[in-house]
Amino acid sequence: MVGNRRTYPARGDRRVHITYRPETLREALSLMKESGKEKRVKPFAGGTDLMVRHRGWHGTTSGFPSDILFLDRIDELKCCGFYDKEYHIGAACTLAEVEQDDRAPSILKEAITLMAAPALRNRGTLAGNICNASPAGDTLPPLFILDARITLIRQGGSRTIPIEDFITGPGETVLGDDELLAEIRIPITEYTHLCYRKVGTRKANALSKLSFAALAGIEGGEIRDIRIALGAVAPRIVRDREIEASLQGKAFDEIDLRGTLEAYGKLICPIDDQRSTAAYRKQVALNLIENFITRDIREDIQSKE
Amino acid sequence: MKVRFSLNGKEISVDVDSLRRLLDVIREDLGLTAIKEGCGEGECGACSVLIDGKIVNSCLVPIAQVGGAQVLTPEGLKGTPRGKCIVDGFTEAGSVQCGFCTPGMLMAAEAILTKNPNPTEAEIREGLSGNLCRCTGYDMIVRGIEIAAEKGEGLW
Ligand SMILES: Cc1cc2nc3c(=O)[nH]c(=O)nc-3n(C[C@H](O)[C@H](O)[C@H](O)COP(=O)(O)OP(=O)(O)OC[C@H]3O[C@@H](n4cnc5c(N)ncnc54)[C@H](O)[C@@H]3O)c2cc1C
Ligand code: FES
Ligand code: FES
Repeated sequence: MVGNRRTYPARGDRRVHITYRPETLREALSLMKESGKEKRVKPFAGGTDLMVRHRGWHGTTSGFPSDILFLDRIDELKCCGFYDKEYHIGAACTLAEVEQDDRAPSILKEAITLMAAPALRNRGTLAGNICNASPAGDTLPPLFILDARITLIRQGGSRTIPIEDFITGPGETVLGDDELLAEIRIPITEYTHLCYRKVGTRKANALSKLSFAALAGIEGGEIRDIRIALGAVAPRIVRDREIEASLQGKAFDEIDLRGTLEAYGKLICPIDDQRSTAAYRKQVALNLIENFITRDIREDIQSKE
Repeated sequence: MKVRFSLNGKEISVDVDSLRRLLDVIREDLGLTAIKEGCGEGECGACSVLIDGKIVNSCLVPIAQVGGAQVLTPEGLKGTPRGKCIVDGFTEAGSVQCGFCTPGMLMAAEAILTKNPNPTEAEIREGLSGNLCRCTGYDMIVRGIEIAAEKGEGLW
């Protein structure tokens, strides 16, 4: 029965929130501009992070310190598709929408399918996962190896930068006070081998202990292209183009496997936390790299010879 | 803030703080208490509702984002032929022990069967992956949904 309607005033210690839910990007950008340096307005996509972070006690309104700009009704941010040989994902597209789009890169879809649970993916967005800039963000390793670029937009201008330059540290990005993430752009990538692994305590709704994404393009027994990214093993996602370059153009018996693993070992500096220990993370990360090179690619090639 | 939306097929309007959780508005302001707060953090699924046909955790949805949407709770689902079929399946399979998770499980079942009227066991388990049950060990819930799928031919 729908009855008993009561209006709850904001509790004494909480402010009444002002929320905006514009239908056009223009209005949203003008709010961001006004918000400016004081960061008066916080962008809100799926809210799966924000609602947990600013959670109030049972029955109380969430304790947000700022006004809220909802992005979920802005059509310009809701498009997914190919333009100029790049797959674009609008900032207001949900993870479920990307997961269900046949044109989306398969390794990204695989990572999303292993995130949280269906209800979470119906709300959360890729843009939110990127802006969080958590070293454990599961979509980041795939986006790093796909050379994804991020388009940031503000009133009167926009810029597109590699995801590696967008995220500067745990929880830190170069997003300006008046900027919104507008879309993610992923170039078409050719590869022969692909691997994604998420290591977690249980399958659903668990944050990763670590995650691993790799792709390789093998031609005539030689490595034409190889890219490896690791999440949750360092303050930032680990991807090293120098090590990758040292492997390119090589046949498998020419690879210095020990040297390669040592080089990655230097970049992997995980922490102990409630989800796992540093030693475990490092060992598993190195094993995954070794496996990718020696088993996933090499054995596959030998089996085809 | 005034928010208008459809709850179980009825147009309603509430006047509340715009960031109040949908869960609290439904349970406390509107008195529909089927959905529960288990964790308040998106992890347990006890608060599951459907918004525009999609399953979401109502503990993570601020009321302002529901404006103009269609919200379905277990109270609404129960009255439909699909809901009755799922409830019958749960009854037959013994899917309910303490019952705390059940309202959320019913909503998850509806979401699973809407996506795929003949789901495999793996698809059912994936569809239930955001709903925790501390009692049944899940097998009876999976079975309940299989029975609903068998008997509900043509409903989804
Ligand atoms: C139960 C549970 C399980 C989870 N499991 C996983 C998991 O397995 N893997 C994982 O990686 N994460 C997981 N998460 C974290 C979270 O769901 C994801 O990071 C999600 O992608 C966040 O997206 P969102 O749209 O909900 O972000 P929001 O909460 O809306 O926003 C997150 C941050 O990004 C900013 N932001 C969002 N969009 C924009 C934009 N367009 N422009 C500028 N700033 C923006 C917001 O201001 C905020 O600071 C989980 C969370 C919960 C509650
Ligand atoms: S109370 Fe919402 S998911 Fe647990
Ligand atoms: S029946 Fe008790 S939690 Fe599921």
